[in-house]
Amino acid sequence: MVYLLKRLAFYLLAAFVAISVNFFLPRLAPGDPASTIIAAYSSSLNATALEALKAAYGVTDAPLITQYFAYLGNLLRGDFGLSLSQFPSSVTSVIAGGIWWSVLLGLVSVTLSFVLGSALGALAAWRRGGFFDRIVPPVLLFLSSFPYFFLALLLFYVLCFRLHWFPMGNAFSSVERPPLTPAGIADILHHLAMPALTIVLVSLGPWALNMRNAMIGVLSEDYLTLAEAKGIPPRRVLLSHAARTALLPNVTALGAAIGGVFSGQILAEIVFTYPGLGYLLLRAVGSVDYPLMQALFLIITLSVLAANFLVDTAYTLLDPRVRAGLEA
Amino acid sequence: MAILDATGARGWLRSSAFASVPVTTGLIILGLLVGSSLLSPWIAPYDPRRATGGINEHPSWTHLFGTTGQGQDVFSQFLFGGLNTLWVAFAIAILTTVLALLVALASAYFRGWVDDLLALLANVFLVVPGLPLVVVLAAFLPPGPLTIILVLTLTGWAFGARLFRSQAISLREREFISAAEDAGESRWRIVFVELLPNMWSVVAAYFVNQVIFAITAQASLEFLGLGDGGRVTWGTMLFWAQNTSALIRGAWWTFVAPGMAIALTAFSLALINNAIDELGNPRLKADRLMARAGYPRKTASLMTPVKRK
Repeated sequence: MVYLLKRLAFYLLAAFVAISVNFFLPRLAPGDPASTIIAAYSSSLNATALEALKAAYGVTDAPLITQYFAYLGNLLRGDFGLSLSQFPSSVTSVIAGGIWWSVLLGLVSVTLSFVLGSALGALAAWRRGGFFDRIVPPVLLFLSSFPYFFLALLLFYVLCFRLHWFPMGNAFSSVERPPLTPAGIADILHHLAMPALTIVLVSLGPWALNMRNAMIGVLSEDYLTLAEAKGIPPRRVLLSHAARTALLPNVTALGAAIGGVFSGQILAEIVFTYPGLGYLLLRAVGSVDYPLMQALFLIITLSVLAANFLVDTAYTLLDPRVRAGLEA
Repeated sequence: MAILDATGARGWLRSSAFASVPVTTGLIILGLLVGSSLLSPWIAPYDPRRATGGINEHPSWTHLFGTTGQGQDVFSQFLFGGLNTLWVAFAIAILTTVLALLVALASAYFRGWVDDLLALLANVFLVVPGLPLVVVLAAFLPPGPLTIILVLTLTGWAFGARLFRSQAISLREREFISAAEDAGESRWRIVFVELLPNMWSVVAAYFVNQVIFAITAQASLEFLGLGDGGRVTWGTMLFWAQNTSALIRGAWWTFVAPGMAIALTAFSLALINNAIDELGNPRLKADRLMARAGYPRKTASLMTPVKRK
């Protein structure tokens, strides 16, 4: 419990740092984006309209510390200001349209790559020097050498553009989100398959290699020699004795990986025009929509922090040492 | 001192076919890529920025890798792009490694609250997702190689700092450090003469990893349009290919050349790194030594390594 509280305090600190960076960045950056935006409008507007515009975008001459607290207050109310590229809509409503697709894609790809990667790594360590150990790690290594977006582009070209096996983009085929009937879900999964597959392919490697290395460490433990000597069938030694212990470092790495998958996901969403937060981020960068960009950065960061905290909680359930209150 | 067995490790590398094939492959690929990039001003057939052929021409003898959507020679772009991409990547790798090492050594030197503070800082940087932060930072700064170097150094040092710190701390507990302390060596000398030389394999592996990180992160940023589109790099090549809808027009070569270049560079470095990793794992080493010495492995679990001779 003390451990979890400590972690919670740490994530709150990290969130505070991210929020502060987000606040100070536009104010410290050369050229001051806010004034640039206002300057773009200033010739076509009269003084009152300009004042109103400044107020709408939160450009004031108030001291920095007052601005900072006003900004914190806005954040707490979920108010990120107005989007520049999709003018009358608020940043919050633009993000609300994309967030669930990102969550869906993220959950599916993290789960798949974690489970598949750990299984492959355990097998490779178990059959050291065998087919798995010689062929699989180099292949996975090669796959993870590709930048996410490049592998995604290749697969997009072959599977979507040439062979038409998968749709060329978007999260569903109709104009409106399909109802959650079997046909509707199948349509959503069909659109999800390509972005998820590329993320899994590229992120499989580290999972498998970490698992393999952890397994090799565990396999030299005396209790495994004992298990083998007792005549426990190899499959059970592998699964319930070795793999269970070796999985722990991978669970710790899961926290760090979530951030990585989010980064990769941004690119995958862009290649497959999947309407999640990453795709929104690209459009925000392209149209120099600073409020949207900053809000996306903050939302993604806060979700990663929350996911990390969940992983820590899961870890305490898996590792008896942490449960007992000892240092992990 | 058994921690550093460099000559033994090198001898083992030479004698073990298992390790030498991937390493040699990695070194050859990397050598070819770096070599051709360095020679690009002399061996590139065309000016990489000027239109020297038709639009999206197939690979042919006049244009080995075809031409881009703007009629530039892809092969020349690949060569010059390599030079521009690699120096930025190496600069980032050097800067992040040095920064991480400085932070870790400061932790080991000052200990106490300085150590706690630095570790906390590194952990905060580690938990904040990289790409969104990098995108936001780069969007606020003028585009160009310096921005990329600054942004990726700022966001890329934390893992190394944590890695080196834990290595330094575990070394600090060893007897030779207490011996040095008892002998009255200064803390300064202990950190730089006793600790640092014993960290080389971790530092080397980290550096190689950072080059990979820098190449792919740089390409990702440029692909997103956050680089300087006027420079020829592997990332901007991909950016222009995407922006001229090269794939939809069937001009796969404009993607394959820079993409494969990035992937092959990263792969060759990963092969080299994997070997550094295997060198450092005494259990794997003992396992293979035993097998070669004629003790066939009968159990799936590993024996506790016993070094003979």
